Amino acid sequence: MRYVLLFVETEKFERELEAMSQADRDRAYQLVSNWVATHADKIRGGNKLRPAHTATTVHLDHGSEPLITDGPFVEGKEVVSGYTEIEVADLDEALRMVRTWPGCPIVEIRPLEA
Amino acid sequence: MSPRTRREDHADVTRRELARVVREHSARLAEVLVRVTGDFNTAEDLVQDAVVAALQRWPTEGIPERPDGWLFTVARHRGLDMLRRERNYRAKLAQLEWPVHPSADDRLRLIFTCCHPALPRAAQVALTLRAVCGLTTAQIARAFLMPETTVAQRITRAKRKIADAGIPYRIPDPDELSARLREALAVIYLLLNEGYLSTADRAESRDLVDDAEWLATQLRELMPTEPEVTGLLALIKLHRARADARFDSDGDLVPLELQDRSRWNRVLIADAIRLLHDAARQRRPGPYQLQAAIVACHAEASDWSQTDWEQIVLLYDMLLHLEPSPLTRLHRSIARRYTAGPRAALAEVEALSAELEHYYLLHATRAELLRAMGQPEQAREADQRALHLTTNPAERTLLRQRIDCHGNHGDISSSRRRVIVVDDSAAQPI
Repeated sequence: MRYVLLFVETEKFERELEAMSQADRDRAYQLVSNWVATHADKIRGGNKLRPAHTATTVHLDHGSEPLITDGPFVEGKEVVSGYTEIEVADLDEALRMVRTWPGCPIVEIRPLEA
Repeated sequence: MSPRTRREDHADVTRRELARVVREHSARLAEVLVRVTGDFNTAEDLVQDAVVAALQRWPTEGIPERPDGWLFTVARHRGLDMLRRERNYRAKLAQLEWPVHPSADDRLRLIFTCCHPALPRAAQVALTLRAVCGLTTAQIARAFLMPETTVAQRITRAKRKIADAGIPYRIPDPDELSARLREALAVIYLLLNEGYLSTADRAESRDLVDDAEWLATQLRELMPTEPEVTGLLALIKLHRARADARFDSDGDLVPLELQDRSRWNRVLIADAIRLLHDAARQRRPGPYQLQAAIVACHAEASDWSQTDWEQIVLLYDMLLHLEPSPLTRLHRSIARRYTAGPRAALAEVEALSAELEHYYLLHATRAELLRAMGQPEQAREADQRALHLTTNPAERTLLRQRIDCHGNHGDISSSRRRVIVVDDSAAQPI
């Protein structure tokens, strides 16, 4: 089955990352790279997103002019910061992968339709 | 005994006998059908249909000599109809000879799928009751005092998630097993609590304790070296042992201190204590084993005054070490009254008041300790606060009587309504 892993950052996580020394931050990124390398055979793509303040959201109310707003579609302390598409046998295998994820503190696993 | 009571007893026996027979056979049917159809959801539907048919017909026709064969025939008939387009499964189902003997692994797969952590707890509970214990949606709704449509929706949604999210039908790998087992045990524990805390008139809710015991027994057979499974089974048996003594003839709750201990089932208690010793040999203590050990301390005491409170406090300390929780601390302070006195216990309870402000037991405990210290006015206030915070009818009755009695007569320490807080500990936090 194919799933998308949605990586979610929290304000706390962001603050902690900023507070790190460059060397520590490099180590943290290295852990993420290692994770990607370990699971390379299951990863079908994905990317890191630019920060939430760069987002633009369009609300379509068909019939009238679309409403364009600055920022992500939900304003909150938790924002999607990246995604990865994976192909694994079942949800348990996806869970096993995610359990070792060394980055941001929340990951949503969402099955793809096809 | 009035004729009415006798008839109710008879209905009670029939209902429990039906539930027992269905429980014994429906899980096996589900296991086989999942294997044959390759589809958990289809199999679950077929079993449910067969169970519903059985519950319609058996009460009048009598339970057939081979209940499993009966259920299988109905399910197969329905299955052949349902799988019209899926030839492959249809052929396999047609060829299936009954009785079959599913393996232990089949049953574990069934339980672990129903208790998958990707499902919300309420759905795990409903699905386990339906697929493993063979309850109907209507029975589950009645046991949990919920509208049938709510339960039906919950089950539909859970089954859709199993299919769409790719929840597998398999036994967890060894490295995930302990976390997954905790989920299954939490479901069983919830059934125990729901059944145990319900009042005397809610017979169908109280039957949930039977389901909990059966599930725990199954798991213990399948995983004999998991001490927490054994611990939970012991806990269930200890509660069952005292079930009859917990309510008086009016259906009101009788607190532990005042229960007639001659009505406790000594065979069950001995059984539970043997299980606890067995679990202890694995040298992996856990919350269920510790809770059972605490209840066992009460069960082993010949009367209230013989209770080994020192040991109980020690067990609470171990429980808190494994799983710190304000609720466990509250229960520990209740025991501390008997080792350190009401004043020390009250100080400990008050220290929890910020965290447990909205929990009735905190106030009921304060009331009791204040009364023991000769402060009836403050005690009464605390009781009123407790009454305000609980909706459980048995607890409300008890509190109301306590407030009334003490309001009218001042000190009635001989009243059997005196102690509410040391009921027992099924409701303890895990």
